[in-house]
Parts: sequence; structure tokens; C-alpha cells
Amino acid sequence: MAQEPLLEVSHLSVTFATENGPLPAVRDVSFRLSAGETLALVGESGSGKSVASLALMRLVPPAPRVSLGGSAHFCAADGSRHDLLALAPDAMRRLRGNEISMIFQEPMTSLNPVHRIGEQIAEAIIFHQGASHRAALARAGELLEKVGIPDAHRRLSAFPHHLSGGMRQRVMIAMALACTPRVLIADEPTTALDVTVQAQILELLKELQHANGMAVVFITHNLGVVAEIADRVMVMYAGLIVEEGAMVPVMTRPRMPYTRGLLHSVPRIDPETLGSAPLTAIPGTVPDPLHLPPGCAFAPRCAHAEPACAAAPPPLEPAGEGRLVRCRRWRALAEAPA
Amino acid sequence: MANFLLGRLVQSLVLLFIVSVIGFAVLHLAPGGPLAQFALTPGISHAELARMAHQMGLDQPLPVQYWAWLRRLLGGDWGHSYRDNQPVLAVILGRLPATLELMATAIVIAVLTGVWIGVMGAIRRYSIFDMLATIGAMIALSIPTFWFGLIVIYIFSVNLGWLPPGNRSTIGGGGGILDYLHHLIAPAIVLALVEVAVWSRYMRASMLDVINQDFIRTAHAKGLPARTVLWHHAMRNALLPMIALAGVEMPTLLGGALVTETVFTWPGMGRLLLDSLGYRDYPVVMGILMVSALLALLGNLAADLLAAVADPRIRLR
Amino acid sequence: MSAAEALAPAPPAARPRSRAWRRFRRHRLALFGAAAIVVMVIAAAAGPWLIPFDPLHIDLRHRFQPPAGGGHLFGTDQLGRDLLIRLLMAGRISLTIGFAAMTVSTAFGTVVGITAGYYGGALRIALMRFVDAVLCFPQIFLLLVLAAFIQPSIATLTLIIGATSWMEVARVVEGQVRSLRERDFILAAETLGASGRYVMFRELLPNAIGPIIVAATLTVARAILMEAYVSFLGYGIQPPMASWGNMLNNAQEYLASAPWLAIFPGAAITLAVASFNFVGDGLRDALDARLDLH
Repeated sequence: MAQEPLLEVSHLSVTFATENGPLPAVRDVSFRLSAGETLALVGESGSGKSVASLALMRLVPPAPRVSLGGSAHFCAADGSRHDLLALAPDAMRRLRGNEISMIFQEPMTSLNPVHRIGEQIAEAIIFHQGASHRAALARAGELLEKVGIPDAHRRLSAFPHHLSGGMRQRVMIAMALACTPRVLIADEPTTALDVTVQAQILELLKELQHANGMAVVFITHNLGVVAEIADRVMVMYAGLIVEEGAMVPVMTRPRMPYTRGLLHSVPRIDPETLGSAPLTAIPGTVPDPLHLPPGCAFAPRCAHAEPACAAAPPPLEPAGEGRLVRCRRWRALAEAPA
Repeated sequence: MANFLLGRLVQSLVLLFIVSVIGFAVLHLAPGGPLAQFALTPGISHAELARMAHQMGLDQPLPVQYWAWLRRLLGGDWGHSYRDNQPVLAVILGRLPATLELMATAIVIAVLTGVWIGVMGAIRRYSIFDMLATIGAMIALSIPTFWFGLIVIYIFSVNLGWLPPGNRSTIGGGGGILDYLHHLIAPAIVLALVEVAVWSRYMRASMLDVINQDFIRTAHAKGLPARTVLWHHAMRNALLPMIALAGVEMPTLLGGALVTETVFTWPGMGRLLLDSLGYRDYPVVMGILMVSALLALLGNLAADLLAAVADPRIRLR
Repeated sequence: MSAAEALAPAPPAARPRSRAWRRFRRHRLALFGAAAIVVMVIAAAAGPWLIPFDPLHIDLRHRFQPPAGGGHLFGTDQLGRDLLIRLLMAGRISLTIGFAAMTVSTAFGTVVGITAGYYGGALRIALMRFVDAVLCFPQIFLLLVLAAFIQPSIATLTLIIGATSWMEVARVVEGQVRSLRERDFILAAETLGASGRYVMFRELLPNAIGPIIVAATLTVARAILMEAYVSFLGYGIQPPMASWGNMLNNAQEYLASAPWLAIFPGAAITLAVASFNFVGDGLRDALDARLDLH
């Protein structure tokens, strides 16, 4: 896809001010997102993937509690370009929920318990498009139908507690899609759901994306989901991108030891023998972001680390097949079996 | 919802039973019991007292006495005042409106200002305003109501002459509604002070709780203006627990009313209690105790009803 | 929880006691309250020896001396008695009743709460319903009615204030004990054959001590306030003995001519009550006990 990117993030950094000093949650993250594309953002909890997406939505607390660095240029529907990180709060609000929207991880708590779901979907339409209350509600009904909620128009007057988790997540999706956004950020939208419901929601997202041509940033730690939905994959560790590239090479021939570790910690069943492949957990834990190691952040947990890894941070460098890897030893490891 | 309310109703009835036992016990704990007043009559003989005790059923076992007393109570016979032999219920009901008027005004003042202070404190957490409000609330909770009343009288009545120092209306009357309101301002504010503190503290905590919820983030993610998020999404949720507070605060408010009425010579139930205590008028004292507990129970029940109406999650159960 | 809180790693585990003290020290109002309490206790205990007046000495020639007049730092009252010495003597009574009533109500409330929380079942329901029922009455009403029946003295006032202010402690303790009871170490103690009373007082009580301390501190504040109310209304400490409350019951008459008679005792009550409230609030933060303010 060689079009003008919808979203171009350069050197994004997010730092929280804490009692114990500045906490770098996201460091130097850059990526491009084109229309119709799905980018999977993968990492353990605490890797900075959620914070990065919240920062793009400007939903992190304001300065001085959080400071943002870098830029995030967004190409709006009218062709204008805006830096999401520098946009005035009012202007940002007009984009949010309109051209860029977001689905959250917790469908059970992300809907307001005292308002009817129809109203909750309609209010974004009323606010962004100036629609009448009636027209907005009618549109909300269509959206509910589109996301596969049975008896959609009657459900408009339901309260969130009337609905199951899967149904609530569909409502959240309907809400996010209410104004046909150009970019959708989905932060682990299926994590809290049953596996069957998970598959339905993924299917639904794919369909809707196909119909509207919107770009999706899909945040997950579930590599099965990545294989299902992503065009490109970006792996984050301790606030940094450690590997980035097209889905198939990254998932089948990972270069960074961390990506390999993630892949090996996913249970798989060998279809021929019906036996399970050996499962290996990554030893150790994510480093304390207040006390990051001076070299490669993954080095303390890495089986292939050598003294040089711990001495200085490795650069993010091209590693063939259009991918980027942040590992001093990727060449040596590429020859060794995974 | 029917089940929920039925449960609450049963709970209230159980409480009412225990409350009545406490009331009965207090009256019979009194030295001399219900006959104390007559025992003081000069020249009364033991035989006569015994006859009266028998007449009043005081020689019966306590459970029998309790049952008879409760039946009379439920039948509206609350006994007669020792002072002027008026029916107790009539005496109390004659004074209740003044107290309720004072309480209602105070609670309106307290809820409006308390909620406002609490919300502002929550959305500007740790600001100068928030710190002053926190310290102010702690001090307000520590000021004796009667002393605050005296200070208000000293400043606004004695020195400035803006407000009358007491009573419900100008003696001699003829002032109309404005005269009533003029007399209401000072006692209502004095009574409201503690409640303002309580409401602002609870509202702040409730609001802080709500604005950190996921659905508030959702509302922001929709691109709604901050004001819409606050008033349309956060406020209603933050007010829900406050409904219960309104029910729970009833006894505190009533206790405050008694003190306020004393300072401002307000002709309400609290003053009646004090006067009756002075005369050892136990039937009236008992009646007031029961009415005050009943008001508390009704307050709780009303809060439950209101919560059921305001919170859609209660309807299903 | 905000993202910052979610991300911030847990601070290294310090010893709980020193951590609590550190947090308490950061609470400036609590420090102020603690200092004010110490000063008040010392002043009430030692002050009367340093002031050359008798709290009961009537001197009708020097009535209504304004503050700093005629060697009386806080002035004199309607009978010419020195106000400062009376304030300090009253402070002895008010503080004594405050602490003593707290002890009574905390002990009683703790026993009720532990019993209800530990045994559970019908006993719990009966006890907690009783607590609810007592809470239906305004405390001041119950106090006045009880006070009217008895001969008021420091001891009886302490008892009746204690008897009408134990419910909050009982509720707090019951809630704590009920949640603690589900935890493993209580089960372990029971499996080892510890008796009910042993488990209640040796295992449950020490673990519920934080919230009890906070509730007790706030109860001192409340008890001082209640003593003032009852004495102000004429059913508490009787003249000529001075209490902060009864010093105010004549003050209203002289509000226009001698406002200091009203100002000083009321300020003393407010300072004492606020100090205990501040300390209670600081302790709540320090001990991480979530409680109601009153």
C-alpha cells in the first residue's frame, strides 16, 4: 500500500510524573498506518502498548502528570493534517469519537450504567454530526443491527446491565463506529470475552473494516488473534518497539528473541500428532520502568544475551523482508533454528 | 423491584420492633418507671400508688405490658402529657411542622452547597480550593452547633441587626411569608453547616470514584465536551450513593435541630423534648423518641424508594 | 485506576509501622492536631497551678472584666470568676470525659463487633439489627433522656456517652472481623484447636486494630462534642463546676455585653474536637483504614 499514510507517528514518548521520578511508559515509538490496514500492537501488560494508544487519543492525564513527546500526524477526512499530540483540546475533541475512535478492553464497565444504550450511541452522533435526537437514535438502531445485536431497535432502550459481555462489546463497537471513523484503535477488545464470542467480534471487525476502509490499530497480547486479523505486527517491550514488520514473516520467522519467546509461550496443538508442542515461558519479569537496564531492556531475560547487550541499548535496524528489529544479535540468531 | 422494596419494608418493620423495645425499656428504666411523676405527689400513699400501678397494668409481667403498650401505640393512643393532660400525639404533631420546616430548609441548603463543593473538590483534586474545602469541612464538623448559632446571632443579630435572633415569626405576627423566611435564614444555615461538611466530603469521594471509572473514559473517547461528561455521565452516577446518605443522615439532622431550636427559640419538637424533660413529662419524652426513630426509618425507606427509581440496575431484581 | 497508577510499580515493602508513621508525618493537619492535644492536656493538667485565681471564687466587684482587664487574661464572667482558670478546669473535665467515654464505647463496640463478626449467623443479625435500631435515634435525644434519669456526674456522663456512641465502632469491627475470618490464618488457628475466645482476641483483634484506633480517635472528638451539648442544655456537668458546655449556657444572655464569655469556651471545644478529628483523619490515611468521617 503506497498511499499517503492516514496516521504517521514519529518518536512518540509518554512519560508519567510519579513520586519516585519520571516513569517512561513509551519510548521513541514510530509507525505509519494506511487506510484499510490493520496493525497489531503486541506485548505483555506494562509494555506501553495501551498507554501509547491512549496517548494518541489524548486520553492520558494532562501535563504535568504526563508529558508527551514526538508527533502523530493524522490525515482528516477533509484532507487537512493535524498533529494529534499538539492539537488544541477542543480541536482534538472534535476528532475523537468522530474520525478516530477507540474500543476498550472492559466491556462490562465501559458503558454508563444509568443511561440507555441507544442514548449512549446517539450522543456522539448528535455531538459530532449535529443530527437530531431522533435521527441519531435511528442511526444508533442501524448500528446495533450492523454489529449483530438481535432485535436491535428494541434494544435501544435497554440498559447496559440487561446485556451480556459480548453484547456490550458489540455496543461499544457500534459506539466507536457511530461516526464512521478513519482510524479505530481497539485495545484488547476481546480479552474479557469467551472464545466463541471473541471469534464473532473479530469477524465483525474485519467485515466492518472491509466495508468502510478504515484503518485499525489492534492491541493484544494474544498472538492467535494477531494471525487472524493483522496485516502488520509491532512488538513492544518496556516501552520500545523491538520488532516490526509484515505479519507473516514476523510470526513465522521472528528475529528478536523476545518475539520468539512470545510465540513459544502460546499453546499449540500439532494437527498431525494431536500432541501439544513444548511450551516455554519467558523467564523473569518485565523490568521496572523506573530502573531500566542501561543496555537492551530484554537482555536480563534473554537466553542469547552477551555482555555487549547489557552494555548499550541496541538500535532499531532493518532486518530484511521490510522489517525492523531491535537486537544486536539478530544476524547470528537468524541462522540458528528458532 | 417489588422484591427489593418488600425486603426493605420487612427490614424496616424489624427495626421498628427493636426501636419500640428500646423505647419501652427506656421508659421503664426510669427511676420509678411511668409512675415517677405521681410518686412525687405530696401525701400520696403506697396503697394508692399500688392501685394506680394495677390500673395501669404495671403489675403485669413486662412482655404483657409491652404488648399492651405497643397495641395502644399502634392504635394512636400515645398517652397523655403529665403537664397539661393533652394527648401526646397531638402535642408532638403540633410541634413537628416547625421542626420539619427547619430540617427541610437546612437539607436543601446542605445538599446544594455540599454537592457543589464536593464536585469542585473532586475535579480539582489537591487544588487550593480542594484543600480549603477539606480543612473547612473538618472544622465545620468540629464546631458545636449551638456555639455556631451563638456566633451567628452575635454577628448578624446583635452587631449587624440583619436577622432576628430567634423565634419563627415576629411576635404579634402580621409579617406574612417574608417574615417567616427572614426568621428561617439563620437557624437553617446553622443547622445546615454540619450537613454541608458531610455532604461535601461524601460527594467528593463519590465523584472521585466515578471519574476514574471506565465509562467516563468512554465518554471522553466519544469526544464529548468535559462539561457534558461531568454533568451527564459522572453526576448521575456520583449522586446515586448520596441518596442513601440522605436517609442515614436523618437522626443527625434531627439531633442538630434540637440544639438549633434551643439557641433560636424555635418552637419545634426539639424544644418540646427539652421542656418535657424539665417537667419529667415521660409520656411526651417517649413519644418524641418514638417519632424521631420513626422519622429515621421513614427517611431510610424513602431513600430506598428513591434509589430504586434513580438506579436502573435495581429495577430488575 | 489511572494509567499512571496501573503502571507505577509497588513501592518496596517497608516495615508497616514505620511506613504508617511516615505517612502520618506527612499529614500536616494531623501533626497540628496531635500537637494541639498535647498542649491542651498539659495546660489543663498543669495550668491551674500557675494561675493565681480560684475557679470558684466569686468576686462581684469585678464582674464582666473584658479580656486582659484587671490581670484576667481572658476576662471574668458574670460572677467575677477568672475565665482562663475556669476554661482550664473545664478542659480537665471535658478531656477526661472524652477519653473515658471513648474507652467505654470502644471496648463495648469492639466486643459487640467481634462477637457478631466471629460467630455470624443469627447472633450477628440480631446484634447488627440492634445497632441499626439504636442508630435510628438521634444520639443527643438518647443522651438527654438518659441524663435526665440520673444524677449527672463525670462518671455517669462518661457511661451514658459511652453507651450511646459504641455503634460505629461495632460496625467497623464487625466488618473487619467478618472479612478477616475468611482468611487462612484464622482457619489455621481453628484447625489447631484454638478456642473461640482465643481466636477472637489473640488473632482477630490485633488484625482489626487499625480501624479500631481510627474509630476510637474520632469517638473522642464526638464524646467531647456530646458532653458539651448535654452540659450546654443543662443536663450535664452542673454548676458551679465548669465544663466547656455549661460555660456557654449562660453566655447567650450576655452575648451583647460580654461576647468573650461565648467565644472562648466555644473556641476551646472546636479546637479540641477538630484536633482529634485531624488526628483521626491522619491515622486513617496512615493505617489505610477506610472509615466514615462521623
